Amino acid sequence: MTTEPLFSIPRSLESETVTITFDDEALRVPAGISVAAALLVGGVHDFRSSVVGQVPRAPYCMMGVCFECLVEVDGVPARQSCLVPVQDGMQVRRQIGAAELDDVSFGEEP
Amino acid sequence: MSDAAADLVIIGSGPAGMAAACEARAVGLSVVLLDEQASLGGQIYRNIESAPPDRLDVMGQDYAAGQSLALAFRNSGVRYLGGAVVWNVASDGTVDYVANGRAEKVVGKYVLVASGAMERPFPIKGWTLPGVMGAGAGQILLKGSGALPSGPVVLAGCGPLLYLLAWQYLRAGVAIQAVVDTTALSAYLRAARHLAGALRGWQDLAKGIKLLAALRRHGVPVFSGARELSIEGEKQIEGFSFTRRGKRVRIPVALLLLHQGVVPNTQLSWSIGAEHRWSPDQLCWQPVTDTWGRLAEMPIYVAGDSRAIVGAQASAVQGRLAALAIGERLGAVTDIARRAAPLQRELRLRTHIRPFLDALYRPNDENRIPQKDSVLVCRCEEVTAGQIRRYVDLGCKGPNQAKAFGRSGMGPCQGRFCGLTVTELIAQARGVEPCDVGYYRIRSPIKPIMLGDFVQ
Repeated sequence: MTTEPLFSIPRSLESETVTITFDDEALRVPAGISVAAALLVGGVHDFRSSVVGQVPRAPYCMMGVCFECLVEVDGVPARQSCLVPVQDGMQVRRQIGAAELDDVSFGEEP
Repeated sequence: MSDAAADLVIIGSGPAGMAAACEARAVGLSVVLLDEQASLGGQIYRNIESAPPDRLDVMGQDYAAGQSLALAFRNSGVRYLGGAVVWNVASDGTVDYVANGRAEKVVGKYVLVASGAMERPFPIKGWTLPGVMGAGAGQILLKGSGALPSGPVVLAGCGPLLYLLAWQYLRAGVAIQAVVDTTALSAYLRAARHLAGALRGWQDLAKGIKLLAALRRHGVPVFSGARELSIEGEKQIEGFSFTRRGKRVRIPVALLLLHQGVVPNTQLSWSIGAEHRWSPDQLCWQPVTDTWGRLAEMPIYVAGDSRAIVGAQASAVQGRLAALAIGERLGAVTDIARRAAPLQRELRLRTHIRPFLDALYRPNDENRIPQKDSVLVCRCEEVTAGQIRRYVDLGCKGPNQAKAFGRSGMGPCQGRFCGLTVTELIAQARGVEPCDVGYYRIRSPIKPIMLGDFVQ
């Protein structure tokens, strides 16, 4: 899923790193940055597929406005990855189409 | 849900919000400031408190200037809540937000909306492909995480930020493949009329000239007067083409950063039910306020770029003026004329250049109102310019009806990224002005919230 990254962070700055996964692939990224930034420097080009045409999308604005960076974070769908800071062990998944409520229990049948 | 109260609740920690908080605290008001980002500074001063020295150097003086404001803000005694996502502001001053997975509420005697600006959408063929982003997004990656383009990058469009980012990238050693400038000759002629005002703001003008000279010195190819922009690619951007001096130019591109100015982020003021006017100069909606920034009949003020685009320094001054006006209403300021006079002088000084900039960097019609039917306008629900025009043929009068016709503006971004385009498209197709067409009705919640956040 990952290829040559479009952005990179120069190694000159010695910073802590954390490990997250994107679709089960481990990515070692600097601590304190957003999930969207982490995925971009980790070589992820395709964050989600669009809800109608099912075509690849990636962040456009990086400031919480465009909602193109939606991914699933630790089981919660449709998170704005540009607004969520990375945390060690975070499990991120590509979001396919619209968010669904497939894990929600609707209660017992009478 | 714990209920809190304050004299003033401010939304947004950019220059307007921080300066307003400082001023309000100085006259003794209790202040709560909420911001959805994890760190202080808004977008313009993003990450200002933790930027390492080499990044401050790359970003330049105007960015570093945010440090002193942030320091004053920290020392002001304001209650600052980062990572607080405001999803509702009621016209009585109640502000609902979610922080740390919990729904909270704070009631302000007065509320100041300082939610800043967003990049103007750039609806051209292929702008939804991965590898195409806003220039503002590129700058946010640099401010927020020190991230730079790994390979050659193309910057295209118009506006001060495009050149500023190019200059910052040069200083950081990034290879700029090309700058493609869409400013038309007619824009220079239009702008010349405002030159006198611009000369009074000569410092800003000189800055712009310095940036251009730096690009030339570094041998960056600058294509000016570019028209008919088009992005090609299947799964991501592969090429970028445009017409210049009657010839078609195509360049292979892996990363394209687009920009054609910024517009007020009006989501909150619309959701409150405030009246907005269409600005024919800035080509966007602006909330209607009095000179202090107050929305009619409400204890709610708007300051900075979320009122009209004025830039960081003028935004800070507007924030201070709004805080003084609120202080006066609460009886904490008795000499507002004396306190406001120097600020009003500074505001005039900082906004002299604005008509010149608005005219020079007025985005071309073809880059705001797509003439090709296939161009996607609503990125979320994938509605094209052609579809919007067809709705008009069928009798659609405005953006709200367009929702019912084909779901434009009904995706997760709630119209933020297609609203201006849809307004202008419909106005053009109907042969009327944007103010006759109106905007989407924006309702809270203006940010996605989870029902679980309400369960304690």
